[in-house]
Amino acid sequence: MATFLGIDYPTWWFLVVGAVFSGYAILDGFDLGAGALHLFFKKDESRRIALNAVGPVWDGNEVWLIIGGGTLFAGFPILYATLFSAMYIPFMLFLLAIIFRAVSIEFRSKEPMKWWRNTWDIGYSVSSILIAFLLGVVLGNVLQGMPIDSNFEFEGSWLMFLNPYALLVGITTVLLMTVHGAIYLCLKTEGKLFEKVEKLLLRAIIGFVVFFILVSIYSLAYIPHLSDDFRSNIWLYAVPVIAILSIANIPRLATKRRFKMAFVFSALTFSVLLVLVAIELYPALLLSTSDPANTLTVYNAVASDKSLGIMLLFVAIGVPLVLSYTIIIYKTFWGKVKMDETSY
Amino acid sequence: MDVEILSRIQFGLTIAFHYIYPPLSIGLGLLLVIFEGLYLKTKNKEYERLTRFWIKIFALTFGIGVATGIVMEFEFGTNWATFSRYVGDVFGSALAAEGLFAFALESGFLGILLFGWNRVKPTMHFISTIGVFFGSMFSAIWIVVANSWMQTPDGYHIVGEGMQARAEITDFWAMVFNPSSVDRILHVWLGAFLAGAFLVMSVHAYYIVKNKHVEISKIGFKYALIVAVAVSLLQLYTGHRSAEIVAHHQPAKLAALEGHYDESAPGDLYLFGWVNQKTQKVYGVSIPGGLSFLIHYDFNTPVKGLNAFPEDERPTAVNAVLQFYHLMVAIGLLLIALTLYAGFLWYRKKLWDKKWLLWIFVFAVFLPQLANQFGWFAAEMGRQPWVVYGLLKTSDALSAVVTANQVLFSLIMFSLIYTLLFFLFIYLLNKKIKAGPYSYDTIEHRPTQQDISKIVSNKE
Ligand code: HDD
Ligand code: HEM
Ligand code: HEM
Repeated sequence: MATFLGIDYPTWWFLVVGAVFSGYAILDGFDLGAGALHLFFKKDESRRIALNAVGPVWDGNEVWLIIGGGTLFAGFPILYATLFSAMYIPFMLFLLAIIFRAVSIEFRSKEPMKWWRNTWDIGYSVSSILIAFLLGVVLGNVLQGMPIDSNFEFEGSWLMFLNPYALLVGITTVLLMTVHGAIYLCLKTEGKLFEKVEKLLLRAIIGFVVFFILVSIYSLAYIPHLSDDFRSNIWLYAVPVIAILSIANIPRLATKRRFKMAFVFSALTFSVLLVLVAIELYPALLLSTSDPANTLTVYNAVASDKSLGIMLLFVAIGVPLVLSYTIIIYKTFWGKVKMDETSY
Repeated sequence: MDVEILSRIQFGLTIAFHYIYPPLSIGLGLLLVIFEGLYLKTKNKEYERLTRFWIKIFALTFGIGVATGIVMEFEFGTNWATFSRYVGDVFGSALAAEGLFAFALESGFLGILLFGWNRVKPTMHFISTIGVFFGSMFSAIWIVVANSWMQTPDGYHIVGEGMQARAEITDFWAMVFNPSSVDRILHVWLGAFLAGAFLVMSVHAYYIVKNKHVEISKIGFKYALIVAVAVSLLQLYTGHRSAEIVAHHQPAKLAALEGHYDESAPGDLYLFGWVNQKTQKVYGVSIPGGLSFLIHYDFNTPVKGLNAFPEDERPTAVNAVLQFYHLMVAIGLLLIALTLYAGFLWYRKKLWDKKWLLWIFVFAVFLPQLANQFGWFAAEMGRQPWVVYGLLKTSDALSAVVTANQVLFSLIMFSLIYTLLFFLFIYLLNKKIKAGPYSYDTIEHRPTQQDISKIVSNKE
């Protein structure tokens, strides 16, 4: 098996997929979170500002989802096939929400009527919440594992995705994204609207912490395979400790109105939590609960070394490019929202 | 209905709907680059207005293109899991390249294109426009490479057996430059340019016949016409090249395109025709031996007919394939005639008086759209029963675990939401056209930062 710097290609690709999804969570996370808060703003003007805060960037953020889907398909085709067909209904609802959200953002400002704007505001907010929730639900199911047969086909019922653990992870995801989005809006707004967002932020933090604790307890109590690795290697405890410190930092900085730093820490929280997920899973990708022999791992669900080698090269060339335009774009729209005739 | 039929209907519906928008985004992208380039060069305000006006319409097509495109990417896994396992190693790298090199470029610069007009220097804005346009062209490359590999696979070998069999890449460049990809990419690009140019001509022709925004519309129309004349002629050539490739690599499809059943006889070229699949006869007007001539430059060389292939390895919907193909070609010829005639009149300075011709251009926007759809339907239905030509049958490519009811649910869901989307698209397009190219002239009157702060601090 080909290696690079002593690490084999499948593991490299696991890291790539993880990095892309954590990039996605950080970037789309704040605009989904801003969407989740949208209906709390009452005045049309406030809603416009909140929408335009994410206006120029949400589409670029969503590209990370597309790249994520692509890297999963390309590197772990077997996982992509098994997971997506097993979770047919949640993925279809997810697509529904993705379309609705894009449409709502696009159409809201096109007519002045109150009913028109309200309709699309609801569409925007509900679909943002649904997207975040379903992402969490899928993650929850992956963490738990699912029944998979020897042909790597799912063998459970289609409703299995709705289980208490997945629902908990779903809600926690919504809340973390809301925290992240609220911090972003604090950076982007002024005046009364800013004060309102600030209040919402504190409530969201409380909500998130409560659910985070619930998820942690549930994981430790009912899903033992999630903590095996930690029992065997004490050093790994550093990761959850960093996660907790990073979470604790958010309210500390937010109450001091140091939102830039708070944003850095909410972004860090996403990455550290995903690192935690990665450690808990690796080398498994999707645990088979019916027979551990059928578990999908980075070694049996993976593309060929040849293909991985080519794509690792693509990533090495592509990611610096993507990061450079992302930086240009964020710089262009840095600072408080300014409206002009091109705004939504 | 069974899962296979439902999944095929769903895939056909979602991709056909998606494919309304990418050609418009790609084609409008080209015209935006032209208009904005002219503006930078001449500093003429009219070009700026044209650019800004068409950016607004571009935003609309792009937005729907993105939303419906994500559906496509997920659908491979949800509905065609066996296919995804089978081709992932080869096909995945094309999709990953598309995401990294194309979508990131277009969606990244889109923000500046749409919202950056007052924030960046004109040259930076122009660079963004070019970035978005190139991004959309690149994305067409990668997705068509993936599809061409399914039509004419190359650069792979098969490992494993039965349920575990799958294609693995052996030569990346052979996969990318498989026999049909270059010609098909060119053909698809040009089809997209036509779609964009005809939309621009349609709107400006409408203004001219309605006696609104006449001067600016003449400019817009002129440049779109130049594009359309050149591209429609080139399209004939790339189409012919595609047909040659089909003849060499997918003989069963070629036979279906012309309804040619005889195992070994010279092939006729139909102007139009109707296939009776029972009697295996085609009724219509044809050039005897024309197909042989196009491929072998000789009227008498035999061409393999459908009967030369086993029953289960040739397309069943022969008549549909023939109709789609002939309609595309007919539209292609019509577009050439239409654009050459208009170009000639323009050269004689008589174009703007010919109201009837301008009216034809108002409605001609549908022609390239239809040709694009028909072309894909002919190419994809002609490939059946294979999903990967000669390797994997469509009926074996499904997700084993997905039930008919689930697909029925999603099919109904997509039908409803796409209907809504389509009406909203038409409604908004109409609104933007009504507003016209001068509606963005109020730049000076836009709210200032103080205005906004005032509004914001009023009361939340
Ligand atoms: C000829 C070109 C072409 C073809 C055949 C397809 N697409 Fe497409 N697609 C584009 C050309 C395009 C584009 C021009 O890049 C789009 C459309 C409009 C747009 O805004 O970007 C796009 C958008 C788009 C997006 C959103 C990307 C973004 O955020 O910019 C995805 C994920 C896909 N497509 C995926 C697909 C898949 C999986 C296809 C096949 C099954 C497919 N497209 C066929
Ligand atoms: C955008 C233009 C496209 C259109 C309009 C189109 C149209 C269609 C249609 C109508 C079918 C159904 C054929 C049948 O069942 O008889 C089909 C099948 C299929 N196409 Fe395409 N296609 C397009 C592009 C692509 C691309 C770019 C890919 C892959 C990269 C692709 C992959 C497939 C697959 C996997 C099937 C199998 C499912 C089936 O047979 O229904 N298509 N397509
Ligand atoms: C002028 C005469 C034309 C000829 C002879 C021609 C020929 C062909 C052929 C043989 C194919 C099938 C290729 C395959 O199965 O791999 C094809 C596909 C296609 N055609 Fe055309 N075409 C013509 C005009 C047009 C026009 C005017 C448009 C659009 C404006 C168009 C759009 C398409 C598209 C989108 C496809 C499917 C993609 C592909 O397979 O390349 N064609 N054409």
